[in-house]
Amino acid sequence: MIVNLVVLLACQLVGEVAARGLGLPVPGPVIGMALLFAALILRPKLAERIAPTTSGLLKHLSLLFVPAGVGVVGHLDTLGQHGVALIAALLLSTIAAIMAGVYVFLAVARLTGVSE
Amino acid sequence: MTPADPAEIWTYLRQDPLLWLTATLVAYSLGDLAFRRAGRKPLVNPVLVAVALLAVLLRLTGTPYQNYFEGAQFVHFMLGPATVALAVPLYANLRLIRSAFWPMLAALAAGSVTALVTAVGIGAAFGLRGETLLSLAPKSVTAPVALGVSETIGGAPNLTAVLVIITGITGAVVATPLLNLLRIRDWRARGLAVGVAAHGIGTARAFQVNETAGAFAGIGMGLNALLTALIAPLLAPWLVALLAG
Repeated sequence: MIVNLVVLLACQLVGEVAARGLGLPVPGPVIGMALLFAALILRPKLAERIAPTTSGLLKHLSLLFVPAGVGVVGHLDTLGQHGVALIAALLLSTIAAIMAGVYVFLAVARLTGVSE
Repeated sequence: MTPADPAEIWTYLRQDPLLWLTATLVAYSLGDLAFRRAGRKPLVNPVLVAVALLAVLLRLTGTPYQNYFEGAQFVHFMLGPATVALAVPLYANLRLIRSAFWPMLAALAAGSVTALVTAVGIGAAFGLRGETLLSLAPKSVTAPVALGVSETIGGAPNLTAVLVIITGITGAVVATPLLNLLRIRDWRARGLAVGVAAHGIGTARAFQVNETAGAFAGIGMGLNALLTALIAPLLAPWLVALLAG
């Protein structure tokens, strides 16, 4: 458990240092995710070891958004003033993204012969 | 020890992380309870319920967000390790990724770029500008990554957090009727597209509909987190300058 947490925190730490040190525009934890992914490919046994900790953490992932979400109290003016624009952008953009993803997947699956 | 009067106790509680840490966990538990009681309907999102409860509580007690965050930061901190942990389900699905590598990669690129460009484009067309418009750019990405991206590109992470949650709910609600209407029957395509467009909330919904769709949605969410983190800092400021400069 402790060792698993150390693995996660160490990946994040290296990611943060790399992001800042090299001036990368990618958030440190995302670099940490890529590092852990590479580590899992190099050492498949690590996956079994770390899985109980990560699945426990990811099971409650949505709880972790709450503190940032509450910060919306500072943006209620923006939400009230631009509510219609924001909702329209979110709704139409989400529909467009789903359709783009689905049709491109089907088209490339047909081209490469990767059918079901 | 002489008993303190309520005002003194309140003064202590306001300055201690304990109260708002506890309140965050209680509000989320209530949200989760409401979600389960409502038959796991995407509209009754536990995060949205918790955020609304806490926002009302802060307003009623006149507590500034900074005071609240001193307690809640312990929960917030875990977003970093949780983002790193997303590598594990991605690795577990490596066989699925290899089995449909090119369609997935193409759909990921198309869905990710469409989500970003249409969000900023439609927002600009409706008159949004500057920080608000930039906050929209990472709205399809899983929250921990979206907050980081928002901060990197000059958006307001707190606003992005709420936009991300509303996007997830939107995707979870519209995906099934939309894709049925379009007569799409490939569960891999359906799942991946929903994961890319509507992250974890969409993925949870995909798992309710179909196991394969759920697995592909999870992959879509994970890969889009990586891709958006890479392209948003290049694409979003340029788009905002172009459309709303």
